[in-house]
Amino acid sequence: MTIDMLGKRVKRVEDRRLITGEGRYVDDIKLQSMVYCAILRSPYAHANIRSIDTTAAKAMPGVLDVMTGADIPYNPLPMAWPAGGSAGIQNNVNTPRALATDSVKWTGEGVAAVIAETPELAQDALEAIIVDWEPLPTVVDAEKATQPGAPQLHENAPNNVVFEWSVGDKSGTGGAIDTAEVVVRQRIVNQRLIPNPMETRGDIGWYNPGTDEYTIWMSSQTPHIQRLLLAAFVMGIPEHRLRCISPDIGGAFGTKIFTYADYPIVLLASKRLGGRPVKWIESRRENYQSTIHGRDHITYLEIAGSKNGEISAIRVKTYANLGGRLSTIGPGIPTTLYARVLSGCYKIPNIYAEVVGVYTNTVFVDAYRGAGRPEATYVVERAMDLFAGEIGMDPAELRRRNFIPPDEFPYENPSGLGTASGGAKIYIDSGNYEPALDKALAMAGYAGMDKAKKEARSRGKYLGVGLSSYIEVCGVAPSKWIGAVGEGWGAAMWESANIKVHLTGKVVITVGTQPQGQGHETTYAQIIGHELGIPMDDIIVQHSDTQGTPFGYGSYGSRTSSVGSTAAIKAAGKIREKARRYAAHMLEASVEDIEVDGAEYRVKGSPDKKKTFQEIAFALDLAFDAPEGMEPYLDETAYYDTPNCTWPFGTHVAIVEVDEATGKVELVKYVAVDDVGNKINPMIVDGQLHGGIAQGVGQALWEGAVYGDDGQLLSGSMLDYALPRASWFPHLELDETVTPSPVNPIGVKGVGEAGAIASTAAVANAVNDALKPFGIRHLDMPLTPQTVWKAMQAAKGAQA
Amino acid sequence: MVAHISLTVNGKQREADVEPRRLLVQLLREDFDLTGTHVGCDTSQCGACTVTVDGKAVKSCTMLAVQAEGATVTTIEGMAPADGLHLLQTAFWESHGLQCGFCTPGMIMAAADLLGRTADPTDDEIRHAIEGNFCRCTGYQNIVIAIRAAAAAMRAGGTLAAGTAGQGA
Repeated sequence: MTIDMLGKRVKRVEDRRLITGEGRYVDDIKLQSMVYCAILRSPYAHANIRSIDTTAAKAMPGVLDVMTGADIPYNPLPMAWPAGGSAGIQNNVNTPRALATDSVKWTGEGVAAVIAETPELAQDALEAIIVDWEPLPTVVDAEKATQPGAPQLHENAPNNVVFEWSVGDKSGTGGAIDTAEVVVRQRIVNQRLIPNPMETRGDIGWYNPGTDEYTIWMSSQTPHIQRLLLAAFVMGIPEHRLRCISPDIGGAFGTKIFTYADYPIVLLASKRLGGRPVKWIESRRENYQSTIHGRDHITYLEIAGSKNGEISAIRVKTYANLGGRLSTIGPGIPTTLYARVLSGCYKIPNIYAEVVGVYTNTVFVDAYRGAGRPEATYVVERAMDLFAGEIGMDPAELRRRNFIPPDEFPYENPSGLGTASGGAKIYIDSGNYEPALDKALAMAGYAGMDKAKKEARSRGKYLGVGLSSYIEVCGVAPSKWIGAVGEGWGAAMWESANIKVHLTGKVVITVGTQPQGQGHETTYAQIIGHELGIPMDDIIVQHSDTQGTPFGYGSYGSRTSSVGSTAAIKAAGKIREKARRYAAHMLEASVEDIEVDGAEYRVKGSPDKKKTFQEIAFALDLAFDAPEGMEPYLDETAYYDTPNCTWPFGTHVAIVEVDEATGKVELVKYVAVDDVGNKINPMIVDGQLHGGIAQGVGQALWEGAVYGDDGQLLSGSMLDYALPRASWFPHLELDETVTPSPVNPIGVKGVGEAGAIASTAAVANAVNDALKPFGIRHLDMPLTPQTVWKAMQAAKGAQA
Repeated sequence: MVAHISLTVNGKQREADVEPRRLLVQLLREDFDLTGTHVGCDTSQCGACTVTVDGKAVKSCTMLAVQAEGATVTTIEGMAPADGLHLLQTAFWESHGLQCGFCTPGMIMAAADLLGRTADPTDDEIRHAIEGNFCRCTGYQNIVIAIRAAAAAMRAGGTLAAGTAGQGA
């Protein structure tokens, strides 16, 4: 009897190669006759290019080619998700060229590429390229960029506005705010972040002159989408002549979803060199300057309600910084994925959100872990604390009073998810928020906080406690919603899986999703082992190569476990059905009489008459005795388009201590109670939560991308950007409630982003709580010692 | 100008002709094809390139290849015996101490240095010992648990001499 591994803490299949140094990331791949690319990047944040002289660089030893924008015949990179989709919102679109031609809009935009025999020679030759620059005035702040007199980046975008978009009931919300007993207002900044996967991006382009085909090895979350976009929208080559391969990926967190300039550069360079493979590996500085950043919102918040804690309305105006040109789905993040979930887990009758997308002289902003939902959660969770403070109510009690009650699911939120969804029915499918809150409060010792605060004061510390109750939209998404119905990105969102059963009964499952550290080779094997009743060891999971895997939309938006897995379960169902029909033939019984128990196919009532999955696979492969009309071999493909998203939720509690003398914040306790539905592998779920929480805490306390007014990236290396280190965290305490999602057969929801969505607000709320004795109501992140100390001194000065 | 160097890497005598500007990590990855040692930054911050040189953890992006003349270098590829895994490797696997795996070789090498000095480190000591190694996936929690587990296994009779020891998985 095979042990069913679904739901178990199974060690990961992929780890052996990764712990022994046998992983294969892009930079580990060496090809015959390979040469190397380096990209010259703009030192100015805004400048016209008068001329580029590459003569000296071309003459250097070992240099094979130097390209500028003029040498690249391809179209600009695509932007696939205009705000509002086709719903009539004006999007003033400007996207990057592979290499800038006339002007640059941020420091780090590529202007020339050198191809040389070694990486060092390519790097050396960059210094010999002479660019005649005409520097222009710069603006890096999204709100300032929209004001009169601000430097203008693009002719088609007056006041640097990409779009103006809104959701919700404007007049109803206005009325509710005008008549409310209590209204709290606050300007809230959600600072810009640099995502920092440990592996930077990189790629190898190879043109095969013998077959007129292109191959690219890329550190990408979306090889299938990249093939489509590069072929159809950038390079103008037939899709079937481009092969995209993602090898092991060293983390991504959203940054590796998009179409980047280096993809067409290495492919074209290889063609120009007659087929020598061209490798480009991004330096960390380049990663900071030219791979997408995340967040960067300025929000004017109003929250209204009664003195007894009934919230009646939230209204926001948000300036979303989208950078100097638009990344692949940049506008979709602060609109659909942000404003449509602004009410969070609360039953708030009136919501109105205006979002202004803005160009600035900074690198483009796009999806970073959570993508819009952390920004929304931060706004609503700060709002709840500010409101609770205003009416003198316990923040936990205010949350409890306003939760969507468990008997009101499925729940349509007033931010218009349901109404914006075209043919799909988008609603919050399930939830039971109070038990998660209660559990988290108990674990944190919430009832004893007053005593703990007094004790901390005796040590020169100010203790604070912060809550964050969140929901996440996971498992994106029905194609009808995210596709071309006025909301989405003009493409589908289904997933795929193929299962082949070899003669020996060993199974290969090939999927369209693409792991970047999540352990898909393990979790898919757990699921298919369960479905077919076979050991995990008999299954291998293949992915990430457009040649040989069915088309898939990739892994992001916490979608693999709910959408990808369901495709795999469907494919397994088809395999099982065909095996059952063949078992009936072998056992001379009718199909209806064959019952399946794991890997055993038995005749009902005659338990001795049975065939194993392996016996069936063997016979069906040889097909000596296949019945009329039955195809040989077990090989089935399934595609799955989800009818709805999934909706994880939970409550996180952070406890911090602020040092009065230095302003240093110490995170002393962190409790997370998450409901992600059923779990395929609880060990992997915990790991996803740990990492997500750490990234969110990083935003609250330390991280921030800082541009000078001249557009120079001041936090331009790991020396300057405060990436969290091990000693900065306490041991994170996790627990769960389990409310299975009704959307998919195994009741999973997704967990990739939950930690990052919840944790930022919990920690920020805790610090603001700690600073209440100073009369401080709100501080913007990151809550560094400098920020906190200055605020405390200012408050003391004011009180004196 | 090219310098001739000779050193011991993962127990084998190796020789190379290198430019003076060549980094140890380039020598290992590009000349010796030991690609388990990774490069994650330009500023000696991330620790993905950590190896041991004469038993001490070193960021191989911050050492010139010529400085390794005569040294004994161990990389992640040299940690496991032929028929198994090093205790730290086993512990990282068992404790889910890795996700994308990019920082993992450097983490394991830094941990080997720690456990070579300290048989029974506290969690606090472990967290400080890996200060020079960034991980963006795990929040460090399971890495700390893995190192603690490896230390316990070592005290229970395993051995952690880099490149020679290790227990089968």
